[in-house]
Amino acid sequence: MKNSEQTILSARGIGKTVKSGSSDLVILREIDFGVIAGEAVAIVGASGSGKSTLLAILAGLDTPSAGTVELDGTDIFALDEDARAELRGRAVGFVFQSFQLLPSLTALENVMLPLELAGRTDADEIAREVLSRVELGERLAHYPKHLSGGEQQRVALARAFSVRPKLLFADEPTGSLDAESGAGVIDLIFELNRGFGTTLVMVTHDEHLAQRCGRVIRLAAGRIAP
Amino acid sequence: MKRRLRMLAQGTRMLGRDWRAGELRVLAAALVVAVASITSVSFFADRVSRALVRDAHQLLGADLVLASDHAWQQGVAEEIARRGLERAQATTFISMAITGEPGGPASQRSQLAGVKAVSENYPLRGRLRIAPAPNAPDAAAASGPERGTVWIEERLVTALGAPVGARLKLGNASFEVAAVLTLEPERGANFFNIAPRLFMNLADVPATGLVQTGSRVWYYLYAAGPREAVAALESWARGELGRGQSVENLESGRPEVRVAIERAQRFLGLTALLAAILAGVAIALGTRRFVERHLDGCAVMRCLGATQGKLLWVFGFEFFILGIFSCTAGVLVGYGAQFVISGILGELLRADLPAPSLLPALQGFLVGLVLLLGFALPPLVQLKNVPAVRVIRRESGVTKSGTLAVYAAGLGALAALLIWQAGDFRMGAYVVAGFAVAVGCFALVAWILLRMIASGGLVRRLGARSTSLRYGLANLRRHSRGNAVQVASLALGLTAVLLLTFTRNDLVDAWRRSAPPDAPNRFLLGVQPDQLDAVKQFFARSGLGAPDLSPMVRGRVVKLNGKAVSAADFAEERARRLVEREFNLSFAERLPTHNALVQGEWFAPGEDGLSVEEGIAKTLGWRIGDELSFTVGGEAFSARVTSLRRLRWDSMKVNFFVIGPPRLLERFPSSYISAFRVEPGGEPLINDLTARFPNLTVVDVGAALRQAQSVIDQVISAVEIVFLFALGAGLLVLYSALVATEDERRREAAVMRVYGASRAQVTGSQRVEFLAMGLLAGLLATAGAAAIGQLLAQRVFELDLPPSPALWIAGPLAGVLLLSLNAWLSARKVLSASPALTLRDSV
Repeated sequence: MKNSEQTILSARGIGKTVKSGSSDLVILREIDFGVIAGEAVAIVGASGSGKSTLLAILAGLDTPSAGTVELDGTDIFALDEDARAELRGRAVGFVFQSFQLLPSLTALENVMLPLELAGRTDADEIAREVLSRVELGERLAHYPKHLSGGEQQRVALARAFSVRPKLLFADEPTGSLDAESGAGVIDLIFELNRGFGTTLVMVTHDEHLAQRCGRVIRLAAGRIAP
Repeated sequence: MKRRLRMLAQGTRMLGRDWRAGELRVLAAALVVAVASITSVSFFADRVSRALVRDAHQLLGADLVLASDHAWQQGVAEEIARRGLERAQATTFISMAITGEPGGPASQRSQLAGVKAVSENYPLRGRLRIAPAPNAPDAAAASGPERGTVWIEERLVTALGAPVGARLKLGNASFEVAAVLTLEPERGANFFNIAPRLFMNLADVPATGLVQTGSRVWYYLYAAGPREAVAALESWARGELGRGQSVENLESGRPEVRVAIERAQRFLGLTALLAAILAGVAIALGTRRFVERHLDGCAVMRCLGATQGKLLWVFGFEFFILGIFSCTAGVLVGYGAQFVISGILGELLRADLPAPSLLPALQGFLVGLVLLLGFALPPLVQLKNVPAVRVIRRESGVTKSGTLAVYAAGLGALAALLIWQAGDFRMGAYVVAGFAVAVGCFALVAWILLRMIASGGLVRRLGARSTSLRYGLANLRRHSRGNAVQVASLALGLTAVLLLTFTRNDLVDAWRRSAPPDAPNRFLLGVQPDQLDAVKQFFARSGLGAPDLSPMVRGRVVKLNGKAVSAADFAEERARRLVEREFNLSFAERLPTHNALVQGEWFAPGEDGLSVEEGIAKTLGWRIGDELSFTVGGEAFSARVTSLRRLRWDSMKVNFFVIGPPRLLERFPSSYISAFRVEPGGEPLINDLTARFPNLTVVDVGAALRQAQSVIDQVISAVEIVFLFALGAGLLVLYSALVATEDERRREAAVMRVYGASRAQVTGSQRVEFLAMGLLAGLLATAGAAAIGQLLAQRVFELDLPPSPALWIAGPLAGVLLLSLNAWLSARKVLSASPALTLRDSV
């Protein structure tokens, strides 16, 4: 953290404990780190190391048992859930392992959704443009079930970038894809990241992929490994 | 405001997308059915009540009508003239009209007619309309029929074969048919009238010799004139009224007509409400599925920045717009259906119904929206509570506010709606409570039985033989709560379907069977004591057997245990009517053979006493030992109740409410009455009888029953239109219940396939599960339909309904077949898609 003005995301003393039967299960403890605008950071770790929980907390989808997260200069847990949702809508994009496209919506409508929720009147225009950037300009009217896994993830990428987010959270973006499609999607993520000037925080267990990011944070047993 | 408009736009877009995906069709269909069933009935009711208001003046034929079951005192008629008001008179009674050559009884035809003898200036308000022939253009008549002529309704022209110009006999007098009657001002009185109308001149009545002791005759005085004078006459007349006399004004006009129509409307309304409740259940089930399928989408939207409030508004708008469209469609369908209903009942109503107002449309619209919001909003509210983290951890569900609470809210909304719609708190409460109890019972019994069927021991024992059986039974137990809801919903839909098909037919059959085949089919009324021997001889000569002629004395009950009795003492409508009217009393030495004593002793020789029918004793609160006082033609007598009798009213024999010993009643004026049977082909004998004794009335009970039956059939046909809606709603409930768990089953089957389950194993385990549920739903529905059928038979129709083997076979079979079909369809869906695709879709 060279300069706090450039820090877009910072986590301080994050801890997460859940009840498991009669005992407490510690998932995360004392996580501290910062992300500078424009950076690409990978969070890696074995299964059960707590990386997905950390991502959920950083994005304000889940709440920590201890600690604070500052996103784009705002302490997100000082806000209520609705205010966090509004902040996400303004500044954050998501890509999930399971794509999370709405099955009843076409590719175009899926990309339009966050723009519509933000009240943009040019949703259709922007969605078409971003979809053509991910080379799906010809498949606008297709439903998710008629698209391959790689194509679905590209629609999800288009949806994430359509609102020009400052921060993109990606949770195992290639986890459901074969090697070839996975590689294509990863190339696209980095390309869009550069093109839109977005900060990337990616959870993965793929070392090779992690190495393409500028910085790697390793989690082991709920802590940042040295 | 701008934000709300944006959400409205978003809600509209979502509606379009969800509609396209087929997510909302069942909901919309349920709503259309509910609104259509309710509006069809209220449109019809609205038209009838507007017709009543429009025709109010004409309905009476005057500004004020005085009615009496005995001749009016001369003073009353004079009073009308004295007050400067116009006055007209009428007398009504039932009599046989006969046509044909006097010499040839074989070619004679007779038909019971509702005779109305009127003074020439009748009616004072409105006009009679007549035509020169059936179906010919009619015109208003300047006055009533001239002396020596009659006007008859088209039905009578056909039945008697008596066109204009023909002659017909009434009692001792002969008349020329001068016109076909097309419209009678007091048409209200014709609602549900059975005997066709015959108009004659009042001055001709004495010549017929038809008005004698024992005749049921009504006497009317009509008055018209300035409003104040009419009002003054009314208040004067009310003070002069005796027993059996009443005043009818525009407000009270023909209350008995209104009661009949209101009863039919209530029956229609009840059926419509049933359809609405069933549709509500379909809406609840449909919304539940909608919510389950939108949990992931909502989590994504939360992720993408949608606040809870925004989600609620967007979904609220989506459903509101859906409601607007569906309710509009429902109102249009209801508007169409009411044309069918009024078409079917049109013949009974015999009135041109005016166009309906907009109120029923508005009412139906609101009912639809309340139904949708009551049943759909509570589950929708759950959607906004979806945690955003569900996108990463799918197991993060919704904090459920409890299914029961959700449905309680829906039922609460519905209860409020029913009471508002029916305007009857008790009826609404009964329907809702009965429905809630039935659903609760179904769900509880289903849950217990499902757990029993799937008990560990049984699964192990049976499951050793077949994997499918083991999985199927285990699934029953695993899903016992969801399955119980599904079985209860299925049973509910199936109950409605069985009730409207099997039970309804059983009831109608039981009603038809209730009269024995050799029962008497004619009543003979008005035999005077001096005609007894001649009539008996006629019967013996004609081979009709000895008639069982019972004496009849008409009296009015005036005191109970020395205290004056009046209609005001009773709350029950039937009791008030009984007290108002004259009783048919009879006297006999011995208990009639078709009666049975249930309490007390038959009077010993030389003793006074009264034997009373147990039903009427209960209605009027009479007990053994009570002293009853009657007046007969101005003379009074008293006696104590010494016994109670049970009758079989459907035996078609002559029955009396009150019987005394001859020494008590013989001295009063009496006429004799008999029931007898005429085999088909014996009609000429009847013509002969009425030609020989013109003052006698022979009522063809068979024809009357057939006519009553055709009236009932018309009402049933009208109700069936509304039944169709209820049936449609029942089927929607069935469908919604079936698809409710489809997604979950598809996922499970896909997982089984992934782990190597064969086609047979997948379909087999589903079949076992569905078979058990189908059987259970079928049995519950059958029990439900049978119980409701018994309740209706005993409480409403007073019939014995034997258990129906067909119902007990068809009900469970329908359940099994329905769910087997569903199992087959659902297995096909699962097996036709690759497991990977199914699983990918569902993650």
